[in-house]
Amino acid sequence: MSESSATTSARPRRRVVNLPAHVGPTRASAYVCEAVSCLSMQSHDVLLGLGERVAAAGLTDVEVKRVGCLGLCAAGPLVQIPETGELFAHVVPDNLGGIVEALAAAVPGGERVPEAPFFSRQLRIVTENSGRIDPESLEDYVASGGYQALRTVLSTMTPAEVRDEIARSGLRGRGGAGYPTGLKWNTVAKAIGSPKYVICNADEGDPGAFMDRSVLESDPYRVLEGMAIAAYAVGASIGYVYCRAEYPLAVSRLHKAIQAAGRSNYLGASMLDTEFSFEVDIRQGAGAFVCGEETALIASLEGGRGTPRTRPPYPAVAGLWHQPTLINNVETFANVAPIIRKGGSWFAGLGTATSKGTKVFALAGRVVNTGLIEVPMGTTLREIVFDIGGGIVDGRAFKAVQTGGPSGGCIPSEFLDMGVDYESLIGVGSFMGSGGMIVMDETSCMVDVARYFMDFCREESCGKCVPCRVGTTQLFMLLERITTGEATMDDLAQMERLGHMVQRTSLCGLGQGAPNPIFSTLRYFRDEYVAHIVDRVCPAGVCSIEPAPVST
Amino acid sequence: MTTVHTLRIDGADVAASDGQSILAVATENGIDIPTMCHLDGLSDTASCRLCLVEVAGSNKLTPACTTLVTEGMDITTTSEQLTEYRRTITEMLFLERNHICAICVANNHCELQDLAEKLQIDHFELPVINPSVGIDASHPLFAIDHNRCIMCQRCVRVCAEIEGAFTWGVMGSGIAERVVTDMGTPWGESPTCTSCGKCVQVCPTGALFENGRSIAEGSKAQRPFLPFLKRLGEGLEQT
Repeated sequence: MSESSATTSARPRRRVVNLPAHVGPTRASAYVCEAVSCLSMQSHDVLLGLGERVAAAGLTDVEVKRVGCLGLCAAGPLVQIPETGELFAHVVPDNLGGIVEALAAAVPGGERVPEAPFFSRQLRIVTENSGRIDPESLEDYVASGGYQALRTVLSTMTPAEVRDEIARSGLRGRGGAGYPTGLKWNTVAKAIGSPKYVICNADEGDPGAFMDRSVLESDPYRVLEGMAIAAYAVGASIGYVYCRAEYPLAVSRLHKAIQAAGRSNYLGASMLDTEFSFEVDIRQGAGAFVCGEETALIASLEGGRGTPRTRPPYPAVAGLWHQPTLINNVETFANVAPIIRKGGSWFAGLGTATSKGTKVFALAGRVVNTGLIEVPMGTTLREIVFDIGGGIVDGRAFKAVQTGGPSGGCIPSEFLDMGVDYESLIGVGSFMGSGGMIVMDETSCMVDVARYFMDFCREESCGKCVPCRVGTTQLFMLLERITTGEATMDDLAQMERLGHMVQRTSLCGLGQGAPNPIFSTLRYFRDEYVAHIVDRVCPAGVCSIEPAPVST
Repeated sequence: MTTVHTLRIDGADVAASDGQSILAVATENGIDIPTMCHLDGLSDTASCRLCLVEVAGSNKLTPACTTLVTEGMDITTTSEQLTEYRRTITEMLFLERNHICAICVANNHCELQDLAEKLQIDHFELPVINPSVGIDASHPLFAIDHNRCIMCQRCVRVCAEIEGAFTWGVMGSGIAERVVTDMGTPWGESPTCTSCGKCVQVCPTGALFENGRSIAEGSKAQRPFLPFLKRLGEGLEQT
């Protein structure tokens, strides 16, 4: 998708410059977003240009700073003046006069620009530092409350107390399946074996999803802190971040963070002058989607082919090198430090009965404000799409929102007022997944959407088990027949039968979830399938179907 | 001391030792569960999904080859649903590559053919994929016809686990997955292949074969290299 093009162009040839040395109290600051999306639109030149212009204007009490993702990717490159709340969108390096004037005029504690609903409707826990701190500065992270939680944990809490606090918070795995994090930590802690490992799953691969990338690019220390607390809680001493190689900026920021944290004793031997030691290293994935599945990830980490194996034994008991292994997603680890800082009960007070806290979503597709958002669990789809997302592009009609990536489903407009949590999404035939949310309007053909995701699964199937290897290809061929107008109603029945079989018999989540886009689109948009087959018409005008031959 | 479990397979009470798989216990008791990737003496990968069985109390299907027995398990190995799934999997194996029995070296000596017969498959319902795949006949003694390969990976496992040569491997992914020798080196140029022929002996179909000999002449399924105890049952059956 568009993400990959953004990623390839995201390696700016950086001119090494020294921004004007900032001394004395800061009256105003300019926060320049340097996450991949803005970087790909020359935000680094904006940063350098602003530094020069501010220096030339003699504004010695103004700080120009690189920050992580500001969230509203659609309007990048973004510059924010936090003292006044002003946000400059679509900033061009050649036209920075307005920002310099605003910086000169800014009065701390003065009148603030009201926040746009995109920001005011969010609740930021995981992304609390995104767009506020320099992601490559340990000092910035510590100054914003970073490593307080780790210090508390190592100096005043026992591992069991840490696990209890996480269990009390009700935190569930943010990778998609929503397994209770506290329970997983307890299982690994109880498992026998040494050494134990902690793995951070950063192999984010769902089409349209970029939550984990943004967290790693904007606040890498938070993930490392979460991993260190987890390691202490389960008795692990070695950690790995398995990050896909398509995220070079995330990898490089994480790498710098590991080095800086190590130098300052926030990682490594005898951390923070206690007896606890924890090492973290990065391993890069070579691009296989299936390596986000935990057993395939472990196989890949061990240097083998990234293919899943049957569970049990679960990684908690026999994971990396057959040792007890804790695997959590980036966002799960990013939730740990705030839970320790503010208490499990605080976290449990947010969200719905079964799903606590917040969820980060990557809002993409036909929505005005594409970008990264964080909302409490239970927020309705309508709030997300219309209040935060600003509605549909060009004022078209909303058709569906796709969640859960290639294992997820399409949710139609009748469920717009449904609160989003793990259970409600499953109830309507979709899936939380890692947090990709693709908004579709009337110009999207739902059969074509199903075909797209099946093509993705077919491409990404590792080939180990027969139902996924052959079944996804067979399902794709059937969908192709429908989208080209060659199918019969028998083909549709066949596709449903085959889909159930692939779902029930595949070895891992990839195959088991692959038919979901078909089932959910059939559930709500069966008439579109019928129109393709019987009337040989694509209602959205996406699929090119030859007109029916005239019978004589 | 070995712990013994009692459990129930298809309504019959059976005894099993701790650490046995459902498949092993079923086989011991004369209950036939179809398999393709499994071979006694090699590790199990649970990849063909033919041996999936139902275990009471779980709504998921469980592979019999990798699931160890537990006390009081209640297992169903055959049901209408399971048979339908097995038929579809078998059909998928036939359609994935190009299996034309009449002109195959393994005709009448093929485990895939036997399975189709057992499941009474006489026609295919799914679309034909008809891929273009090649043959590697560069080895002086053996050849591989990828048209007949069902990716059971028995050759990969026997080469690594018994011969210790690690010649066979897997390349590509999904439907484009192929078994290859030495990272894609032609078999005849493989520096690691010991020409032991074990891969040919474990291959269930006509994919791997000995040059110049038909399988009817007994050039296949001679497996004395597999661990003796595991082989015992199989050997007795053959004599």
